[in-house]
Amino acid sequence: MSNENPQGKNQGKTQGKTQGKNQIAAIDGWMTIDGEARLVGGRGAETGSYFFPKNMAFSRNPAAPSEEISEVQLSPRGRVWSWTTNHYKPPAPYMPADPFVPYTVLAVELDEERLVVLGRLAPDCDPATLTSGVEVEVERGVLYEDEANQYMVWQWRPVATEVAR
Amino acid sequence: MSVGEVAVLGVGMHPWGKWGRNFVEYGVVAARAALADAEVDWRDIQFVAGGETVRNGYPGYVAGATFAQALGWQGAPVVSAYAACASGATALNAARAQILAGLCDVALVVGADTTPKGFLAPNAGERGDDPDWLRFRLLGATNPTYFGLYARRRMEQYGATPDHFAKVKVKNARHGLSNPYARFRKEVTIDDVNASPMVSDPLRLLEICATSDGAAALVVCSLDYARSRGVSNPVRIAAISTVTPTYPNTVIEMPNFATDSAFGVPEPERSFRDSIAYAAYEQAGIGPEDVNLAEVYDLSTALELDWYENIGLCAPGEAEQLLDAGVTALGGRVPVNVSGGLACFGEAVPAQAIAQVCEITWQLRGQAEGRQVEGARVGLTVNQGLFGHGSCVIAKR
Repeated sequence: MSNENPQGKNQGKTQGKTQGKNQIAAIDGWMTIDGEARLVGGRGAETGSYFFPKNMAFSRNPAAPSEEISEVQLSPRGRVWSWTTNHYKPPAPYMPADPFVPYTVLAVELDEERLVVLGRLAPDCDPATLTSGVEVEVERGVLYEDEANQYMVWQWRPVATEVAR
Repeated sequence: MSVGEVAVLGVGMHPWGKWGRNFVEYGVVAARAALADAEVDWRDIQFVAGGETVRNGYPGYVAGATFAQALGWQGAPVVSAYAACASGATALNAARAQILAGLCDVALVVGADTTPKGFLAPNAGERGDDPDWLRFRLLGATNPTYFGLYARRRMEQYGATPDHFAKVKVKNARHGLSNPYARFRKEVTIDDVNASPMVSDPLRLLEICATSDGAAALVVCSLDYARSRGVSNPVRIAAISTVTPTYPNTVIEMPNFATDSAFGVPEPERSFRDSIAYAAYEQAGIGPEDVNLAEVYDLSTALELDWYENIGLCAPGEAEQLLDAGVTALGGRVPVNVSGGLACFGEAVPAQAIAQVCEITWQLRGQAEGRQVEGARVGLTVNQGLFGHGSCVIAKR
């Protein structure tokens, strides 16, 4: 499911533009900012271990301390391991909407990568419809914005739209 | 592995609360209480281990020296240990190592904290390479977010209900009623829990531990030193486990965004949390069936149930039955959190693992008035600090 992308195309500081605002990754290099939304991780050349977020400087697999790490796009789909909805405004550096709205954080299992990764539920989805094992797909969403920019983050949306809405 | 034992000669605490004073004051109160309990003069202490606090500036980073200076410099070497919630056990482990290596006979271990109101938050500034900062910025993943994920997972995997979680709070609130060091001493009903505001669904406000001010201290020594002081049957530390995870750690943990990948590698024999108590059992040469009481880290009500399984009191998925049968309540076969736990204390990070040891020491001495586990001979404490710190102490008498 995952596409190797050692050249790192479409990642980093590339920008898109909508509604007159630039779309900028809230953090560089953790996801694609153009084209299909994908998380971007690292993969060890010897072990095939995946890492998210990536760190190109070293492998955290103790079996291959000197293996090369290359950038890789993670599978776009996974299954819900667990989730929680936060009803209290978190402290800084979270950038809350005003007024604050509760938000849901998912833990998603990626089958191919054999890891669990966190991400928020797309804000227009109802967490009451979730159960563990539900298939979700990654997309980009606006985490916060200022006058010039929208700061983008990855988020998960249940694949079956009748569940999602 | 055969590891020697050390004696707990004295224990002391400053009551938990929101006192709004400097953490050093609390630490001094706890240290003096432990020294008085041990009947050891501070000037005879040969080594000081401090649990660090990261929320109180430089004196907190060098806690060992801060407490030594506050008590009056007397020349003893110090160490300051930080392992998040496991800091107290790490400090105790440093003291034990000094004693077992013959480098000192008697040591003082102190942890104290003054905490801010509300959620624990990361260090300030733009810290784009710090996962503890990034989890708040990118996900709003507070500590209760992770607790909520574990709680929901228990419901999905094992059929736990919110009432099970609430029952843990009811039990611990009752346990803590008679503990003079506990911050919250009030009976709580299931209805009270269910009427409290939702924080991180399915966990409500009364199910998530508060942050508190408080301090705890221990005087530990060699068995020979204890004998020389006329203490022939002290509480003995039989094991301290401060293990880290083994790759791949496949359970999502604070402050991480993802687990390790289990691609192409065998998963470890035990989960990280299972491995924490396992290492201590190995060291002590005993098993879960030998434990008479346990103090476990109930950062949330649901997490207490996870710990029952992680320390081997029951098989995975059976914790709710243990709770329902009253096995883990005072009077049951293996009471858990008879101190009242974090439910009644709230967390004073560097003091908490030490406070757990204070409680089992009082229990094994038969001095836990109003909450005594009759005939207790073996007590176990367990906790976990973010960034991969395990902590488990086994004490015997």
